[in-house]
Amino acid sequence: MSWITNLVRVAVLALLVLFLVWPELFEPMFAPLTRNGAPAIYTRQSLFTLAWHHLAIVAAATLAAGIVAVGMAILVTREAGAELLPFARSVVNIGQTFPPVAVLALAVPVFGFGTWPTLIALFLYALLPIFENTLTALTTLPRDVIEAARGAGMSGFQKLMQIELPLSVPLILAGVRIAVVISLATATIGSTVAASTLGEVIIAGLLSNNTAFVLQGGLVVAVMAVLLHDALMLMERRLARSIDNQTD
Amino acid sequence: MHAPARPASGQRAFLATQFDRLGILIALLAAYGVAGNSFVSFRLNRIVPGQGVSLWASLPSGLSYAAIVVVASGCIVALVRSRPVVRAVAGIAVVACMFALVGLAGENLLSDGDELARVSPAAGFWLVGFAFSLLSVEGLSRMSLRPGVRVALLAAVTGTVLGALSFGVWDDLSIMNEYRSRSESFWSEAATHLQLAFGSMAAAVLVGVPLGLLCFRMPRAKTAILTVLNTVQTVPSMAMFGLMIAPLGWIALHVPGASALGIRGIGAAPAFIALFLYSLLPVVANTVAGLANVSATIRDAARGMGMTWLQKLLRIELPIAFPVILTGIRIVLVQNIGLVTIAALIGGGGFGTFVFQGIGQMAMDLVLLGAVPTVALAFGTAVVLDAVIDASSVPTEQRADT
Amino acid sequence: MIEIENVSKRYDGRLVVDDVSLVIEPHKIVTIVGMSGSGKTTLLRMINRLVQRDSGCIRLDGTDNELIPGHLLRRSIGYAIQGDGLFPHRSVAENIATVPRLLGWDKQRIHARVTELLALFQLDPAVYAERFPHQLSGGQRQRVGVARALAAGPNVLLMDEPFGALDPIIRSKARDDLLAIHRAIGTTIVMVTHDMDEAVTLGDRIAVMDAGRLLQYASPAEIMANPANPFVETLVGSSERPFRMLSFGCVADIVEPGEAEGAPISLDASLRDALAELLWSGRSAIPVHDDNGMIVGQAKLKTVLNRAAKPV
Repeated sequence: MSWITNLVRVAVLALLVLFLVWPELFEPMFAPLTRNGAPAIYTRQSLFTLAWHHLAIVAAATLAAGIVAVGMAILVTREAGAELLPFARSVVNIGQTFPPVAVLALAVPVFGFGTWPTLIALFLYALLPIFENTLTALTTLPRDVIEAARGAGMSGFQKLMQIELPLSVPLILAGVRIAVVISLATATIGSTVAASTLGEVIIAGLLSNNTAFVLQGGLVVAVMAVLLHDALMLMERRLARSIDNQTD
Repeated sequence: MHAPARPASGQRAFLATQFDRLGILIALLAAYGVAGNSFVSFRLNRIVPGQGVSLWASLPSGLSYAAIVVVASGCIVALVRSRPVVRAVAGIAVVACMFALVGLAGENLLSDGDELARVSPAAGFWLVGFAFSLLSVEGLSRMSLRPGVRVALLAAVTGTVLGALSFGVWDDLSIMNEYRSRSESFWSEAATHLQLAFGSMAAAVLVGVPLGLLCFRMPRAKTAILTVLNTVQTVPSMAMFGLMIAPLGWIALHVPGASALGIRGIGAAPAFIALFLYSLLPVVANTVAGLANVSATIRDAARGMGMTWLQKLLRIELPIAFPVILTGIRIVLVQNIGLVTIAALIGGGGFGTFVFQGIGQMAMDLVLLGAVPTVALAFGTAVVLDAVIDASSVPTEQRADT
Repeated sequence: MIEIENVSKRYDGRLVVDDVSLVIEPHKIVTIVGMSGSGKTTLLRMINRLVQRDSGCIRLDGTDNELIPGHLLRRSIGYAIQGDGLFPHRSVAENIATVPRLLGWDKQRIHARVTELLALFQLDPAVYAERFPHQLSGGQRQRVGVARALAAGPNVLLMDEPFGALDPIIRSKARDDLLAIHRAIGTTIVMVTHDMDEAVTLGDRIAVMDAGRLLQYASPAEIMANPANPFVETLVGSSERPFRMLSFGCVADIVEPGEAEGAPISLDASLRDALAELLWSGRSAIPVHDDNGMIVGQAKLKTVLNRAAKPV
């Protein structure tokens, strides 16, 4: 956590924003990758808009998956829902075996081309990591803390909201982090069914044999993923530390 | 500690013993599927939009009554609190009936000699199928079957499906029309798909396990290697496939003998390398985690018994780490089977070819021809490997009774 | 015979074992006792070269242990450790067969040896051979650990806190079993422990270590009577000393003719047990019986008390 790493983070973020807003600046870097005078920078759609759409789709899918997954994990860890635990586990696990392309393609007849199939695929993929992590968090809470909460006379709901969930936040956030990284990469595939994401740039590159496009699309997604991963990791550590301090 | 039973909770308890909550969801889904949705869709030819046909319109009246009876009895089993085995069997039976009926609907709706008209399963079929798949999953997950039984069950289902295929149960469905017009390329794409998914996994194990060993012995190398491999995972698969094209194309042109080996800028070679790169992280990370499972006492005992470095590794450390490494391989395989579909975008072949052709031609049955085998393959692989992992895991927690 | 001569070992410049010399006679049990960090485990591990010594010499039956490749040396020396270190993926029989397999014994010989050892350790081969470590109790695991160490019939058995993970009742049973097995096979045993009681009960001789140095190496009685310095004295525990003295004498040493009232005690019982029985029942003498249950004489309270006094 030295100032150098922070400097690198800020510099990378600045470079990314600069590239998205003013990609022409970077043309000389990508030009050697093109052939026969093909354009080096994707201009059919602003990169900034695409990146924005990309992030918005990922955020929406992760948010929805987060609500459902945390809700499910809470349900199956209550006494009344305990019998559903093996079932919920199996369903989430089986959902994960469906390849993203298949989910996208099969969602098209129902939801049409565009954003919806991508949202659904991302939602499905984000469920497992968040559900598993929330489940681990809720089932491995220190026993004495839970007993103390009960002993203090908290109702089940108060215990959940004031003790169990706050203590679980770091692990839940770790699940969200895994989900976000997977979703960022998977969202590109959405462009095969006409979702507006950075995948558009990559597909354009693949279709016109233009490596420069493939690289810039891939790079932007990868850098966003690394930055978000980093940011969420920092948040987790902060939260975990503040919880430790409180319980000490 | 008996809390006085309030009337409300008593009533709730009464309802809960009467009806299964998941069962209510299943029954609602099934009812909506049968009553509110078309069972199959009918098209005059491959291109025109389809027309929904309800369950009773798509089957002879005797059969449609039978179908209603089957679904209704399935709903009853789901609603009452029945034993897991009953629920599993009922779920599987209803799903099997639905698959048989959709084949019969095709036969019923198509007039003989009509080569152009198409019938494909529609929302009603999928909803009912989904609802009762949930029921069977619930039953099976509660039965906690032993690994061998799970594999046997998978084999039985696979056998039944293959048998039904060879009897032509679904021959009148559109997906089989698509299959018949490309039966040869279907099997060659299937072979490519398997080769890419399993081949890249094998390569990743050959490289990844030694790399994991290195990471385990040298913590500094571990940080560097895992950081690189984690970053690789953030590169979207489409971009990764695309980025392999240029360097491999260059190698094919400039390295003597490379193109003779099949190395080309597009096709299977870049796909193989991209999949290999994605596969490394789970293999390396799980090898490290597995080796970390071997306690210091056990290592000390192995050395104290007079084992050499290699004997300790091969007889003690790797066998104990094996289930965890296998978990990594399971993640890799299931992930690869899905990712191979994307390789079709760079001419890598595999079932993705049909998916993308289908998307391009707006022919959903062609998409299904690619997607269904992919899902089945991924699912089957997951079931088999989970069973092997369960069977090979030695419980390490020791009993406390001393 | 194990001869340790002027052996030293440093870790990062810190002296962990400091110029230690001692001779371990064949067929004896030697306990090395000390607190954690005293260098006792390091000394033990230098005998089978799990730790490489920096200077000095260790000879096993006259041969410098550095002349034999480490892994071959270790196959010829038994090694049992705390928490047993059983291999979780191997059955009890396979665990015991570890060293014989490394030595390339044939299957029949291994099978015969495993069966023999299981019987010796009171584990029915038909029941336990195919079990896995997680299916055993702590005491059973510990016995399998020792059986494994003895599998190839080594002349020397090194034990590092072998009973450390056991609860007190099982532990005293395990000590008795070890003594019985030692009587049966006569292997030289070198055992590291931090428990003075254990050192006294088991050791023919005790080596007391502190801060890497060997403070005293003597028989239990000698250590009780003449602790070499204040540290050994605290370790022995002055208030416990008379009772410890009694615990390594047995009734056979003081039996004398005569008749006494009440329940008898065995010739093999320790004087500590005899004292406890005498005090509890309020008698001044107790009848003594032999292995066949015949009364052979009596043990007097006064005689027992005399034995608890500091030897002159």
